[in-house]
Amino acid sequence: MTMNTIPNRQVICDTLLELAENDKDIMVLASDSRGSAAMAPFANKYPQQFVEVGIAEQNIVGMSAGLAHSGKKPFVTSPACFLSMRSIEQIKVDVAYSATNVKLIGISGGISYGALGMSHHSVQDIAVARAIPGLAVILPADRHETKKMTEALVNYEGGVYARIGRNPVADVYESDEYDFEIGKAVTMKDGSDLTIIAAGETVRIALGAAEALANDGVTCRVLNMHTIKPLDEAAIIAAAAETGHIITVEEHSIYGGLGAAVAEVVVQNAPVPMKVVGIPDEPAIAGKTAEVFRHYGITADHIKQLALELINK
Amino acid sequence: MDIRALKIKAAQIRMDLLTMIHRAQTGHTGGSLSNTDILTALYYEVMNIDPSNPNLEDRDRFVASKGHSVESLWCILADRGFFPKEELETYSQFGTRLIGHPNNKVPGIEMNTGALGHGLPISVGMALAAKRDGRPYRVFCLMGDGELAEGSNWEAAMAGSHYKLDNLIGIVDRNGLQISGSTEEVMGLEPLEEKWAAFGWHVVSVDGNDIEQLLAAFRSVPEVSGRPTLIMANTVKGKGVSFAENVPGWHHHVPNDEQLKLALAELSSYIDQLSLKGQVK
Repeated sequence: MTMNTIPNRQVICDTLLELAENDKDIMVLASDSRGSAAMAPFANKYPQQFVEVGIAEQNIVGMSAGLAHSGKKPFVTSPACFLSMRSIEQIKVDVAYSATNVKLIGISGGISYGALGMSHHSVQDIAVARAIPGLAVILPADRHETKKMTEALVNYEGGVYARIGRNPVADVYESDEYDFEIGKAVTMKDGSDLTIIAAGETVRIALGAAEALANDGVTCRVLNMHTIKPLDEAAIIAAAAETGHIITVEEHSIYGGLGAAVAEVVVQNAPVPMKVVGIPDEPAIAGKTAEVFRHYGITADHIKQLALELINK
Repeated sequence: MDIRALKIKAAQIRMDLLTMIHRAQTGHTGGSLSNTDILTALYYEVMNIDPSNPNLEDRDRFVASKGHSVESLWCILADRGFFPKEELETYSQFGTRLIGHPNNKVPGIEMNTGALGHGLPISVGMALAAKRDGRPYRVFCLMGDGELAEGSNWEAAMAGSHYKLDNLIGIVDRNGLQISGSTEEVMGLEPLEEKWAAFGWHVVSVDGNDIEQLLAAFRSVPEVSGRPTLIMANTVKGKGVSFAENVPGWHHHVPNDEQLKLALAELSSYIDQLSLKGQVK
């Protein structure tokens, strides 16, 4: 893996800067968040396609629905912790129910704001977003996937909640030369003993666990489930049938997120033993991402240990 | 249509909505009666709309933020020909699209509403899109007074004046009552006109059950360039039905057979009086 210094939020801005040149319907909205969303260059270059709403997350989603109704393609860029909670009724009614073409970009998601406490963590957002009818939920794994997702979002008609973290993450792809399709999992690595399913920044951790297990002679399939809704059920059912064991890894509560979504498919279609790795039902501990991940066992070592237990049962 | 014809139309709409609510045995009677004159002015005179082309590009937009008072709107949309009038018989029935709140599966409805405090933010977005694209359409947003306790309205009020949306017209159906009683007892709103003015809106106060005053107010928009307009429509909840006027319980009371007969008799004698005046003239 190459070291990367470009955060995903900057990739979204760069991609939209490029696309907005010819697509004048693209609009970016911010809730006093143009700095934290890395959208200042967009605001400066395209003032007619940028809307500052101030610290008002209900209004930013309502206004976006109104803009979308008028033919615009609004991208709401606001901290995931507020956007997914404060605005959830607007997301339910104004976006999902009214079927408006609004892209909700939750920035600094998960425990990005590690030391700021539970008010600023968003580890319930996937559970909430995926319960909203018709709303797609996407977590890109690295900068290459973020670029491909952003391009796909511009052409996707309908409401989407996409969540990215604050800091640069190591690449899991060498380039953007791969097929990205909303709703289609990417097989990062194939194996026959176990499947590790991850999304967002935990894909890198899943790949680390697979490498560590390979040293012990255990071969893993690793699925990058970048789209949690609509879920690639076929890929999950195949993984269960072909590898017999599944571990999910997520930067989210163990309730209602990726693990729960995968389990819903597994138990109804191809029941196999599973483990769900994530944040337990408590206000997450403060700290840097790596420290918090280590505390909750969201690490390659811990996943390896769980995998061996699961396989040897 | 002249003023007399509009008044007759409003009374006929009231008869239609009472009949519809009575048939379904459910509905928000009081609020629909209070906003009937506002909607009559908008849908028969003020707004640039085309029932045969509900998605006309530069049509004026109407957003019913007080979505629960949808019965008057259903009756008016049917009367204007957005959908067949017989469909009103399906109101609130199993599987209908004429539900108890605006539903954008019905021609003429822009957005689904019903959760209070949503209409104005949406309307600000629509009006901003028109400004950014240099389009001529206007956005009319009808709010209830009770729903103004929702903070999202004031977030949107700020944004409307920040972006100088003089193509945005907010209308408050100021009937003074909400489900639990007087708005001032439940959660005081006064001084309400001053609040809107303080948020940068140009405020026009009218008798919201007087079509002549409503038309004058709507036609003068924008009186102040660069500012959104707030029309404070002072109305009577339950207007047009003597025993329902200003009675909080009629928020969602449904007329029984006897009450429907009485109400229809009152309204048709009002229509007769107006028609007679027309003949003398």
